[in-house]
Amino acid sequence: MIASALATLGRGTLGGLAGTGRVALYAGAVLGHLLRPPFYRREFFVALMQIGWLSLPVVGLTALFTGAALALQIYAGGARFSAESVVPSIVAIGMVRELGPVLGGLMVAARVASSIAAEIGTMKVTEQIDALVTLSTNPLKYLAVPRVLAATLSVPLLVAVGDVIGVMGGWLVGTERLGFNSATYLRNTWEYLELWDVGSGIVKGAAFGFIVALMGCYYGMNSGRGAQGVGRATKSAVVAASVLILAANYLLTEVFFSA
Amino acid sequence: MIEIDGLKKSFGSKHVLRGVNLHIARGESLVVIGGSGTGKSVLLKCILGLVRPDTGTIAVNGAPVAETREAFLSRFGMLFQGAALFDSLSVWQNVAFRLLRGPERRTKEEARKTAVEKLARVGLGPEVADLFPAELSGGMQKRVGLARAIATDPTVIFFDEPTTGLDPIMAGVINDLINSVVREMGATAITITHDMSSVRAIADKVAMLHDGKIRWHGPIDEMDTTDDPYVSQFIHGRAEGPIAAIR
Repeated sequence: MIASALATLGRGTLGGLAGTGRVALYAGAVLGHLLRPPFYRREFFVALMQIGWLSLPVVGLTALFTGAALALQIYAGGARFSAESVVPSIVAIGMVRELGPVLGGLMVAARVASSIAAEIGTMKVTEQIDALVTLSTNPLKYLAVPRVLAATLSVPLLVAVGDVIGVMGGWLVGTERLGFNSATYLRNTWEYLELWDVGSGIVKGAAFGFIVALMGCYYGMNSGRGAQGVGRATKSAVVAASVLILAANYLLTEVFFSA
Repeated sequence: MIEIDGLKKSFGSKHVLRGVNLHIARGESLVVIGGSGTGKSVLLKCILGLVRPDTGTIAVNGAPVAETREAFLSRFGMLFQGAALFDSLSVWQNVAFRLLRGPERRTKEEARKTAVEKLARVGLGPEVADLFPAELSGGMQKRVGLARAIATDPTVIFFDEPTTGLDPIMAGVINDLINSVVREMGATAITITHDMSSVRAIADKVAMLHDGKIRWHGPIDEMDTTDDPYVSQFIHGRAEGPIAAIR
């Protein structure tokens, strides 16, 4: 009984380590191809549009409602010890350091990792990946590199836009619902916000963008056969990207802000 | 031209290729026949380097293909079973894929002109060029796949189940196109199929793959008169014979 449980645990651990190794090797291969020609500019700009521009509505709405809810929560919590005035600064710091990048990253993971994994997975089961090889084209370079580069560059911009919209969401609730003076709210927001608060969130955004596209490409390329295989690849890409974003967020926060 | 010796490939406990020996001369059109799951596609993928064989050698013009893969692929074309057109690209961009990228890169105008010429060669008009693969019928997709395969005038062309899923008339059209294109270009062709009308239309020589080995190999003229019971059962589509109907 105990031996069987240990064997199961051992198999799971070895499987997990092997999977981690495969993802690490894949990431290394993608990074290795980033600076080596040929460069597929068209594929890069298409990916930039699909990952960056078309994710703007979902990231913007997420940030807007998160900033608004955050303002209400901090006001209610702050009222317990007469600290309602901290609402603007806490909303701003909370958004740009944590909630903007993390929620933005998670929303992009849901939208983009699934889409990339499904697209590449379908290409695999319909032999389009094999067709690329017969056309003297490296699938990793043609499919993964442009997407990973586009996500790494565009998600920080999405985070920056999301930060602004999130702060505006807090401002809207603060002035319309909680009775803050508009000018005072904005002054308190800027006064307590430091450049590195914003910068750390942007760096997190780049890391999360890399993770999202990498997971989408990795699971798409390793998709099983048929609709079920593509479905499983899509699900795994979103789950892996989301968990890795949360883990990377903790590690980066530890690196950036631990005393 | 292409020499395959002692090729073996297993997936776990399943031994798909058990020592395939096959020599294909320059300009020859070889059709590989055999039942479903006998390893025909695996054989093609081993030649292309998409699947790594366990043992055995594959050489093109005397040089191991594993060492000269890039050079081999640069003069190679392939028509896939489902055409394998890229959904995100228009028809002409699919056909001109190689001409828009890599060492054979041309200007967009030149690439489009060549694509339209190749589409005309397979019986498709210029109005098809700007459509997307999802807007085409199965037969048209196969023709576009064929146009893509011959876009850079390859010396070696593979056809994987070229008529699967097509009605008999369209299958005949594709067979005629393959035949004329291969003869016209003087290319070496390997086709895998279980469609006997394709075999008779395309082949110079036929090889039958059974149980992981080449069971019979000979000129198309001798296929119907061979006394090999496996070939006889297969080409006549009989349920009774040495090949188990349920595998």
